Amino acid sequence: MAFTITVNGRQRTVHAEGDTPLLWVLRDEIGLKGTKFGCGMSFCGACTVHLDGVPTRSCITPVSRVGNASIVTIEGIGDSEVGKRVKAAWLTLDVMQCGYCQSGQVMTATALLSKNSKPTDQDIDEAMSGNLCRCATYTRIRAAIKQAAGLPTDDTREV
Amino acid sequence: MARLDAIDRTAHGPSDAEGAGANQLSRRAFLTTGLAAGGGLLLTLNVACSPSTGQPMSVGSKAGVELNPFISIAPDGIVTIVAKNPEIGQGIKTTLPMLIADELDADWSQVRTEQALLDPIYGEQFAGGSMATPLNWDPMRRVGAAGRQMLILAAAHTWEAPAAECETSQGKVHHRPSGRTLTYGALAAKAATLPAPDLDSVKLKDPKDYRIIGRFTGGVDSALVLDGTPLFGIDTVLPRMLYATFEKAPVFGSRVVSANIAAVKAMPGVRDAFIVHGPGPDAVFEMGLVDGVAIVADSWWQTQKALEKLRVVWDRDSAPGQSTVEFERQAAHLSRQKPQSVLRSDGNADEAFAHAHKVVEGAYAYPFLAHVDLEPQNCTAYCKRDGSIEIWAPTQNPAPGRALVAQALGVSESKVTVHMTRVGGGFGRRLKNDFMVEAAMISKLAGRPVKLLWNRRQDIQHDAYRPGGFHYFKAGLSAQGQLAAFSDHFVTFGQGSEVASSADLPTRHFPAGFVPNLLYAQSLIELGAPTGPLRNPGGNALAFAFESFIDEVALAAGRDPLDFRLELYGPSRLIPMPGRKGRPQPPLDTDRVRGVLELVAEKSGWRNRHELPRGTGMGLAFYYSHYGYFAEVVKASVAPDGTPKVHKVWAAGDVGRQIINPAGAYNQAQGAILDGLGAALHQAITIEGGRVVQENFNTFGLLRMREAPPVEVHFRITDNSPTGMGEPPLPPVLPALCSALYAATGKRIRKLPIDPKELRRA
Repeated sequence: MAFTITVNGRQRTVHAEGDTPLLWVLRDEIGLKGTKFGCGMSFCGACTVHLDGVPTRSCITPVSRVGNASIVTIEGIGDSEVGKRVKAAWLTLDVMQCGYCQSGQVMTATALLSKNSKPTDQDIDEAMSGNLCRCATYTRIRAAIKQAAGLPTDDTREV
Repeated sequence: MARLDAIDRTAHGPSDAEGAGANQLSRRAFLTTGLAAGGGLLLTLNVACSPSTGQPMSVGSKAGVELNPFISIAPDGIVTIVAKNPEIGQGIKTTLPMLIADELDADWSQVRTEQALLDPIYGEQFAGGSMATPLNWDPMRRVGAAGRQMLILAAAHTWEAPAAECETSQGKVHHRPSGRTLTYGALAAKAATLPAPDLDSVKLKDPKDYRIIGRFTGGVDSALVLDGTPLFGIDTVLPRMLYATFEKAPVFGSRVVSANIAAVKAMPGVRDAFIVHGPGPDAVFEMGLVDGVAIVADSWWQTQKALEKLRVVWDRDSAPGQSTVEFERQAAHLSRQKPQSVLRSDGNADEAFAHAHKVVEGAYAYPFLAHVDLEPQNCTAYCKRDGSIEIWAPTQNPAPGRALVAQALGVSESKVTVHMTRVGGGFGRRLKNDFMVEAAMISKLAGRPVKLLWNRRQDIQHDAYRPGGFHYFKAGLSAQGQLAAFSDHFVTFGQGSEVASSADLPTRHFPAGFVPNLLYAQSLIELGAPTGPLRNPGGNALAFAFESFIDEVALAAGRDPLDFRLELYGPSRLIPMPGRKGRPQPPLDTDRVRGVLELVAEKSGWRNRHELPRGTGMGLAFYYSHYGYFAEVVKASVAPDGTPKVHKVWAAGDVGRQIINPAGAYNQAQGAILDGLGAALHQAITIEGGRVVQENFNTFGLLRMREAPPVEVHFRITDNSPTGMGEPPLPPVLPALCSALYAATGKRIRKLPIDPKELRRA
């Protein structure tokens, strides 16, 4: 079947069975490889993209359900002010190790900062706990979110 | 949060000159080990050529002229440095070029890095054992220094001036007396015509002149990752490429009897489906090619839809006795028997126990673990008509992979080209290359370039697992509270009389050598599942058991666990360590042990822990591994429902005189520590009837953001050769956590993962 979807502001017509997850359409039909496959069941968050600004697991989202939603992937997130700041903070603090989860982390962090410009540590915990990082770079992910928000990067949690 | 960019220089210099000399990993030894295996790291002017095509390898995008196989310089001054080892997240594609660039005296902003192909010209190329730093610290700096020397000579010739009057800085050569300057870009062509200097004789920088080494340096490919650039193995695309899945037996080692191939072939998009037979049962433990069914389709999703229809008849549906419950029963039984073998016996442990003032016993157990690299195993292979094979693999260990492919496909290794992609997590899993040989075989049989990608279930259920194990400890204390005797009956796993991979207890393991009467004995449980190294093999399990028990013993002796350890390790001295895997080992330096223990105690407020509120405790542990010395303190409490809460972790590490890249070093330490917490809290692979039960992250958990405490890392700088950071920070956190929970609750964790029910308040 043919589906026309909007990815990073561009209309794309793709041919795939309707139950094909958006993840595979993005990666293998359109060729946007930045969105990653980790678990296929929404547990890890490596496949996170935005659908109308909402962080969404593309590995369990059939392409037939996407409709007219505006899809933004890691390849397009830098076009937004918040996304640009998040990516810059990620680089300044050298967040990544293997980097495989980081596009999903950046997508979730950008969605958080888009609706909550000054998140607390608890806000960060709630927003980010669905994104696994096998290298466990959580210390720097937390700091980078704060940096992107213009907050001090210290960990202020009660210890 | 822990400081990202500062290093605590809390100690300087060795305690005595003799110690410094003996304790250094000898430069010569490293050159020998680093250079011999690959047939010589020779600074020649020959371009590395592909054995299969005779075309220059890996240098296609390298602009400019080549000074040596690692360094090319373009007329505009851009320096391209080849990074020889696989990048798995340990940061080596940044670290090794930093070493070369600093001694080359290049301007880092003008440096580009390029991943090497697998080629003997680069020496050993693997990511394992935290070995890249110790093996390459010296040779890579010499490679850079040799390039610098050639550029100086080229300038001297140009100016007809003595080389001694020329100096370099930031990509330029200056002639002091005349004030003339030439850029590396302008000199490169001439430099490349000069004879390559002898690596041993090149002059290295005084460390005070480092401009790149020691500087917080971001990963060279990080911006590309955040732009979504295809770098990982899973991102590989070839013309005419098909996608593949490969279904193997749920019971390890089973053979395919039959499969409904016709029904699978009728599924949408499926181009081919076929049974693949492995060479035999040993391949299971060697992580080679084993029996399975391949499905090849136009898209990977189509392979997964077809996989749902696949029905395979295996020759075995169950393996009797191969169950976690049965392993536990066998271990309990074996623990009451005479051990099958004695690994080490010092003094007379039995007699010492009989005379001990107090005897402490503890039975510890830990589970099998999967690696769960976030990028599932995958490989892209193209078996060409001319018999050559090209492989794109996220592998930690490409050379054995090439050998495996060559053997399975019956071609010479020279026919196999291996591209090392960026790797979405290694953790030891990708030291094995089963995915590589599978992809190559499927490509050969399908007659097309193929990308093989495992789904998460296949990844978790076909691993080389961190072996579980059981320790039955006994300690005898003197009336003065000193450790007089220590024994461990280690019940571990094996095949026949052979201990399974990564399931051994090193006979030098602490406290061996520090207690007069000691017995390490062993019994084996037969295991049908493959095992292998997981980040800090041995240490990731043994530290939990041994260091937790040491905590028990210290408390039984009425001693502070810190003081007890300091006393056990004793006065400053160097303790020789036996060589491992053909590599000489540096001695254990008890001064470095003491240094990190005292540093972590100071930073964490260990001595004031009695001031903590009731229900909150601190635990401390130390572990020496992979040449690194790490002491860690965990502060923790327990929620009413038994869920542990980790408040904070402090770590003190000693990896020598130079933190090469603080950006990577602190990240590795924090990540390894949180990795260890995740294992302690969430992870167990269980086996039932020979099958692995877990399938995904809902039943095999990783630590999540809300569980990740602050981790404060400090380095103690000592005058020792720099060593690696990927693994040594991990082990101590597990026993430190368990001892903290004991301090908080009075309940001792003797089995991992931690069961909150055991900690629930009565």
